[in-house]
Amino acid sequence: MEAGPEAVATRRADPWYDEPDPARGGQDGGAAVTEDGRSGPGAEPGRGPAGTCLEAEPGRSAADIYLEVQRGPAFQEVRRRYRRFVVPASAAFLLWYLAYVVAATTAHDLMARPVAGALNVAVLAGLGQFLTTFLLTWAYVRHARLHRDRAALELRWDTQEMTRGVER
Amino acid sequence: MSGHHQTLALLLFSAFVVVTLAITTWVTRKRQGSAEEFYAGGRLFSPMENGFAIAGDYMSAASFLGISGLIALYGYDGMLYSVGFLVAWLVVLLLVAELVRNCGRFTLADVVAARMAERPVRTAVGVSSVSVSVLYLVAQMVGAGSLVALLLGGTGDTARSWTVVGVGALMVVYVSLGGMRATTWIQIVKAVLLMGGAVALTVLVLARFHGDVNSLLTSAAERSGRGGDFLSPGILYGGSWTARLDFISLGLALVLGTAGLPHILARFYTVPTARAARRSVVWSIGLIGGFYLMTIVLGFGAAALVGPADVRASNASGNTAVPLLALVLGGGEGSNGGAVLFAVVAAVAFATILAVVAGITLASSASVAHDLYASWRRPGARRRGEVGVARAAAVGIGVVAIGLGLLAQDLNVAFLVGLAFAVAASANLPALLYSLFWRSFTTRGAVWAVYGGLVPAVLLVLVSPVVSGSPASLFPGVDFQLFPLENPGLVSVPAGFLAGWIGTVTSPEPPDRARHAETEVRALTGAGAV
Repeated sequence: MEAGPEAVATRRADPWYDEPDPARGGQDGGAAVTEDGRSGPGAEPGRGPAGTCLEAEPGRSAADIYLEVQRGPAFQEVRRRYRRFVVPASAAFLLWYLAYVVAATTAHDLMARPVAGALNVAVLAGLGQFLTTFLLTWAYVRHARLHRDRAALELRWDTQEMTRGVER
Repeated sequence: MSGHHQTLALLLFSAFVVVTLAITTWVTRKRQGSAEEFYAGGRLFSPMENGFAIAGDYMSAASFLGISGLIALYGYDGMLYSVGFLVAWLVVLLLVAELVRNCGRFTLADVVAARMAERPVRTAVGVSSVSVSVLYLVAQMVGAGSLVALLLGGTGDTARSWTVVGVGALMVVYVSLGGMRATTWIQIVKAVLLMGGAVALTVLVLARFHGDVNSLLTSAAERSGRGGDFLSPGILYGGSWTARLDFISLGLALVLGTAGLPHILARFYTVPTARAARRSVVWSIGLIGGFYLMTIVLGFGAAALVGPADVRASNASGNTAVPLLALVLGGGEGSNGGAVLFAVVAAVAFATILAVVAGITLASSASVAHDLYASWRRPGARRRGEVGVARAAAVGIGVVAIGLGLLAQDLNVAFLVGLAFAVAASANLPALLYSLFWRSFTTRGAVWAVYGGLVPAVLLVLVSPVVSGSPASLFPGVDFQLFPLENPGLVSVPAGFLAGWIGTVTSPEPPDRARHAETEVRALTGAGAV
């Protein structure tokens, strides 16, 4: 199957592409996929995508495939990167916000302390909430773009490839 | 206020109505009414378009006029709202937007029900989504009536009633004919108008003070008669411990509620991928953050240039602060500049209301048709009827909202927005976060999380000071007040999370490992996303 890898490559580059790929499987994709969902003539079972080392066995269901992808190192890595960022970040901004609200309602003297000109601690803390929101937005988007998007997209196409035509 | 502004304001209102109806007609030509089209607008909006639409969906007239008004009257305490409304978007961005886009098709219930027994979960989430939407909608309708009456000078009941009916009829037309595509474009137009209006006024205010924010704040504090206290918290919420706890409760509901609002979540289905959903949230955070920064300038500007006393004399809750500020900035009462700016502000407020109610009506009609009707229709009935049901539901919700809006127009319903956020935070958010992040979550846990947040939130409000037992209550004559806070969030949000946890650990059935794997893989990679 000479066309296979190339077709897969173009598809990975194009996140909009979501159609069955007739090049894979040699003939009409629908006809080539048999009961077990993978072993059409010329299909390459378990072509290890993105280092996931997934083996296609006959008779798998979609549930098996998802469980297997979930256990795979590539997915574990994507999930770990996502959680390592959002869990501490969410805890931090929620605590910072709650501290701000509690201070604003209970610690009047602290909040009213003047800093410079008309600016006091309260105004600076309020503007600080705006600033940290913008900064965290920027940091999250950058983190996702650099550390997660590519791996997630590869997993997406691989998983869709495996589940195509499988009985659900 | 002379008749001059009113004519101009009415002309601008009419122009906006004509433009939005033209949009509705234009987007519906030659399109068949598929569910994809009606609920999600074809899913091909760009992140920038969706970001503007989200901002247009989220920023209500209460933000534009209400928050600036509170700042003009109470100084710093008004700012607390805008901080909560903005920080809430971090919850949406980090924990919800991309995952919801990947797992769901049209509604919040799609995501929660994916791992669970479909019918009970879909019903529960559908019920709470419709409750949130109706609470929010009634608040907007009543607000629209009094606002338009206020801006046009006629405070008579007839003007208000016709406004409520007119707004209701328009939103039904937009939604049932134009679906998500028309709603989105109306929200985009509104967001552009609102940002344009806010930028223009902010520039004029800053120009008055030669760009010196310090002198703006100082003159606001001087004119308020409270000195430095005007710039620090405590005037509105610093009194009793009840008032302080009440604000903490509201703050919690605001920051957690946004991520559970059905009309906000529905917006993520209008873009093709999770990455596009993320980028739309970035656009909306920029727009919403910029907007709230401007409302702070406008609020202090109104305090400095109009004065809290005059603002209060015009409207006790401060809703006319920005229109009055516009009059002053344009050259004062009777000047042409003042009339034009005033009419523009009134028209922007009107556009804001229409865009927000259209978004909510669409989301609630989707919940009725896609969640409630779809899980209770006879087995074997074809799926085809669903969009028809959704259109009919939009009409039904419009009628209910008009009816409740007319009944409630003399009542003090300001608490309804806070309640809608509290229900969203205590019923929708626990179910959503647990199903996205907790491996052992079960059907019983999901159902309990939803009802365990929804029921306490509503019951606590019924026995709170907003309903009875105080002069500002809905029923000041009777007293069955048991709960001291006006906003139930402080109790009902933990209750929702706790109920979901108890439901899960006491669940007889084991969690479905395979469907959890499917949800998790789909959420984080987008595999199989529509």
